[in-house]
Amino acid sequence: MKADDDRGVICEDLGFAYGTGAGATRMRFDCAFASAAITAVMGPSGSGKSTLISLIAGFERPLSGRVRIGGRDVTSLAPANRPVSCVFQENNLFAHLDVRTNVGLGISPRMRLDARDRARLSEALTRVGLAGYEARRPGELSGGERQRVALARALVRACPVLILDEAFGSLGPALRLSMLDLVADLHRSTAMTVIMVTHEPEDARRIARDVVFLAEGAVHAQGPLGNVLEMDDNGVVRAYLGRHQGRS
Amino acid sequence: MIASMRALPAAWLAGGFLVALCAVAIGALVAQAAAPGAGAAIAGHLSDPTVWRAVRFTLWQAALSTLISVVLGIAVALALHEWRDNAVRRAILALFALPLALPQIVAVLGVVALYGERGWLTGAFGAAGIDLPTIYGLPGILIAHVFFNLPLAARIVFGALATIAPEYERLASQLGMGPVSRLRFVHWPLIRPAAASAASLVFMLCVTSFAVVLTLGGGPRATTLEVALYQALTFDFDVLRAVVLTFLQLAVTFAAVALLAGAGGSVEAGFSVAGERARRPMRADRRVWLVAVLLLPALAAVFVVGPFIAVTVGGLASDLAGLAGQAAVRDAAATSLTLGASAALLALMLAFALCSGVTVLAGRRRFHGAASLTEQALAQAPSLILVVPPIVISAGWFIALRLVSDVYAAAPYMVVAVNAAMAMPFAARMLLPAMLASAERHGRLCAHLGISGRARWRLVTWPVLRAPLIAALAFAFALSLGDLGVIALFGSNEVQTLPYLILQTMGSYRTQDAAGLALILTAMTMTSMLAAEHFARRRGDRGSRRR
Repeated sequence: MKADDDRGVICEDLGFAYGTGAGATRMRFDCAFASAAITAVMGPSGSGKSTLISLIAGFERPLSGRVRIGGRDVTSLAPANRPVSCVFQENNLFAHLDVRTNVGLGISPRMRLDARDRARLSEALTRVGLAGYEARRPGELSGGERQRVALARALVRACPVLILDEAFGSLGPALRLSMLDLVADLHRSTAMTVIMVTHEPEDARRIARDVVFLAEGAVHAQGPLGNVLEMDDNGVVRAYLGRHQGRS
Repeated sequence: MIASMRALPAAWLAGGFLVALCAVAIGALVAQAAAPGAGAAIAGHLSDPTVWRAVRFTLWQAALSTLISVVLGIAVALALHEWRDNAVRRAILALFALPLALPQIVAVLGVVALYGERGWLTGAFGAAGIDLPTIYGLPGILIAHVFFNLPLAARIVFGALATIAPEYERLASQLGMGPVSRLRFVHWPLIRPAAASAASLVFMLCVTSFAVVLTLGGGPRATTLEVALYQALTFDFDVLRAVVLTFLQLAVTFAAVALLAGAGGSVEAGFSVAGERARRPMRADRRVWLVAVLLLPALAAVFVVGPFIAVTVGGLASDLAGLAGQAAVRDAAATSLTLGASAALLALMLAFALCSGVTVLAGRRRFHGAASLTEQALAQAPSLILVVPPIVISAGWFIALRLVSDVYAAAPYMVVAVNAAMAMPFAARMLLPAMLASAERHGRLCAHLGISGRARWRLVTWPVLRAPLIAALAFAFALSLGDLGVIALFGSNEVQTLPYLILQTMGSYRTQDAAGLALILTAMTMTSMLAAEHFARRRGDRGSRRR
């Protein structure tokens, strides 16, 4: 990785609202995700985690403010033109397409692959521990394997930013930890900026350096993981963490 | 449970009613065909080229209508899917539900007012130096069929698109898939079953379409089996010819059902009235594509709204007060309301009985495996009417009743019975999911708390089923109000419904009066259909959806 290669994500005063008028839910985000770091996004249900992710990836457009990725203003760009890959909690793979096509669409959205592309595809599958899985269908895979395929697609896309939207939320504890280790491993070799939405402080502690903590549609606290999770003094984070508090 | 002990016999009774309705009709036809001396006449009809021309035309017009309706319907649904969920899109989807409620005979009047010899569009094109071909014959039949079925196909396919996981749309846009890639890799594989269902349903509706062909078909060149059968019974009174045509119609319908079931479509899957609300995806597409996406649904909406406007304007220009003063009109309206309400109630009772039976049986097998033959038989019973079309049932009963009593005196009973059977698959389709879900959700709780009988109906069943029950009733009422098939055979000066009166009025070239009557009938069916939509949607909104 080049030292001056800026892959940071900056959300400048992003305004957003669901609904209109007095009944609308308004949100406002002002935060930064450090280049080539893993940052966890945490907060109670309805605090705006998914909305923030959607705004960064471009699935939703903000009413005001800017999104910058690597110093470039991407606010008005379509999702396809942003240097971002997403892994969702479910439905990451088109269930009716085989693994090869699901990953290959990350290289060419029209599935025009040459020999070099196919080699890259197989290599990515090997990297996530699924060598030789090209012809399988998502239905034949376990939940963990499906998320690995999604990670392989993120690898072939080689975007500087990877967003994990509760990507491992439905996996069992042991599987989840091994997936987190895989992400940490991929992160070391690619130096992606990883933004990881999670409910589990344990997940964040395992691989994240920083955390952005949301509450009621706004950024409540952000900074190094330890500072935010352990040293909060107005109770919002502590109330959220509950019995997890103090464990490390 | 006491309720379950009563549910099964009631379900068998309802199924038995349907089977008897079909069996008597077919039995009467077979008896005629087997009568001594009938063989030669039947052979004569079978070698009559006009009979085979009717077979070919039936299939040809249905195939063409299906092709145009479904291809355009898919395109419009895909385009609408790209739209944001705004008031315009909701209005277009609501508009697309309306043709189903428009009586065929009224739609024909609207189509003629637009595209006919003295139609508005014909006039406009004529002024520009372009002569449109006459609509009598295949063109008119196609226009009317596409008017009815394009919106239907679009709604069925749109419903399937609306159930696609939001992640898929997000991935498609993140991966930068263009319109072609999206269709190939995402949308088409997921809407294919719905498209097949839409095609089956539309083909069945067109193969058994009666009023449209009767009024727009032009002579022997453009006559379907059903219309030829009607003419054989009413004008020629050639019973054996009618028998031959009926069996051919049965064979065609049966083959169509078998063929389309084999192709992976299911006819019943198309029966749904409520539209879905989908999330809007974000794209970066070329401008040409965006224009097509905007334009296509707009053009379809204009095409669909056209006949409605023509009927409204034509109706308002007629002497509505004068019409309302005529005894014949008032009688026909009263007859329509009475028969329609009776048919709707009967359809609802039949559907409820059958669905209760299916629910009980489905509940019993919860812990062990596949649906029993009994359950399948009850669940499939409503589809019988698709294989044995109403006109075949009417023809059979017409022939049978002729031997024992005054056919025309039986008109009210026949209209109610056959219209109820026609509306039943729709009603069952609306009721069954709600009843199964309710039994699944509340069955064990009720058993646990000992809630049964009337208490269960009042506390659990009625609150959950009220909306779908009222929706099914209103839908059946609208369907029955507009039907012409049964009354065309059994109608007389004594028993007339509004559609029958419109047909008579058209036949005597009182176009103005026909337009007025059409508006009155439309107002009645539309009110009922909007009520059905309203209640069907209330059911859909109850489940909350995650953002």
